[in-house]
Amino acid sequence: MAWEYVLEGIKQAIHLIITANPDVIEITLRSIRVSGMATLMAALWSFPIGIAIGMYNFRGKNILKGFFNGLLGIPTVVLGLILYLLLVPSGPLGFLRLIYTEMGISLGQSLLITPIMISFIANSIEVVEKDIRELAITLGAGKLEASLAVMREAISGILLSVIASFNRAIAELGIAIMIGGNIFVKGSALNTRVLTTAMQMYTARGEIDMALALGIILLSIVFAVSTISNIIQSRLT
Amino acid sequence: MSLVELRNISKRYGNVLALDKINLEVRRGEILAIIGNSGAGKTTLLRILAMLEKQSEGEYYYDGIKVRGNEDYFRKKITMVFQKPVMFNTSVYNNIAYGLKLRGYSKEEINKKVRNALRLVKLEGYEKYNAKRLSGGEQQRVAIARALVIDPELLVMDEPTANLDPTNVVIIERAIKEIVENNNTTVVLATHNLFQAKRLSNRTAHLFNGRLIEVGETRQLFENPENEITKKFITGELYF
Repeated sequence: MAWEYVLEGIKQAIHLIITANPDVIEITLRSIRVSGMATLMAALWSFPIGIAIGMYNFRGKNILKGFFNGLLGIPTVVLGLILYLLLVPSGPLGFLRLIYTEMGISLGQSLLITPIMISFIANSIEVVEKDIRELAITLGAGKLEASLAVMREAISGILLSVIASFNRAIAELGIAIMIGGNIFVKGSALNTRVLTTAMQMYTARGEIDMALALGIILLSIVFAVSTISNIIQSRLT
Repeated sequence: MSLVELRNISKRYGNVLALDKINLEVRRGEILAIIGNSGAGKTTLLRILAMLEKQSEGEYYYDGIKVRGNEDYFRKKITMVFQKPVMFNTSVYNNIAYGLKLRGYSKEEINKKVRNALRLVKLEGYEKYNAKRLSGGEQQRVAIARALVIDPELLVMDEPTANLDPTNVVIIERAIKEIVENNNTTVVLATHNLFQAKRLSNRTAHLFNGRLIEVGETRQLFENPENEITKKFITGELYF
């Protein structure tokens, strides 16, 4: 029975892709857009924080690292609930009008992936920092040049942090459904349905083949992004 | 005149005294071997010489000038080869060219110098290889080429041939000798290998538990050491 669902899902996915089903394309593009924006937003603050933790020694560094490492496992529904309470019109941040918007989902996802990005960046820098900095200095590099050498060596890990964060964002459900609301009205610019929320909805409705089809598309995106990342990493080394 | 002079250099890590009032001169153009048991303070001394660490007490003079406060100026004259070679994750060419690029050499000059450095360590044709994928011995030879190519006044080497096979040892020792003869480079070399110290160095210094207990002409120190501990160290009677 389960295999029939899977086969039907694969067939359905291929059909939806070949026929360029406009709803699926819209949902898929929105997923990529929302999670891409979340990754970009998270990068804005995670890069400086991750680099600072990885590169420098300062008071409270271990506490900060522990804080972000602790947040790695935060349940998305808990974060979604907190954001919901903050963003609803009667909430303290209600004036931002982000609830049930794409930007609201992006904000939530960006907060979710912030600890992932910071931890990955900090760790990838810390692994090479001491050796590469000392090597660069012994070859005549100044502080800035040595820091750049460290960053160059850590670039693979930093790239991985971006890919892992994007994949985490696009695959999460809790925030997308609580902040986005899975709104879909044909032709509306206010739609918030993304792949995960659509999958959840089709599963609840018993339309397993459609849910599987979207799952296959979601997995394809994740694998495609990972493959591109691997290609870039191999070119970098 | 001495290129380097250490006056009463001590180094503490918390309560641990790693170096205790070291007074040492390094003469221009010589190879000075630093011998001593593990934990004697050899690496700490080398790291201070390479300006990777600051002494807790005492003064370090380079070419007669106090180093403290002028580290950035002197760093371009000194380089260090580590016991475990550290490679940039890029080609052999880029590894060796790094220091030259920092010094603003033209592409043609860099190409020429990299080729010469590779010849010196017998790695001709390795330019495009990823340095991290080479064997330990080849990586150490790249590290030495990378250090020599910038023509340092002082080359500090921490056990550069430890754990390497005899072929790599011979290649590295020849490269060190050639660079000293041709460029008048001054070398300070820490080694566990007493035969290597005898083969390469003009003078030898013996560190014991953070103290410099004997310095002298290598032949003199090995044939007729003044210090009892040095005598036991050389004859292999000193153990822990």
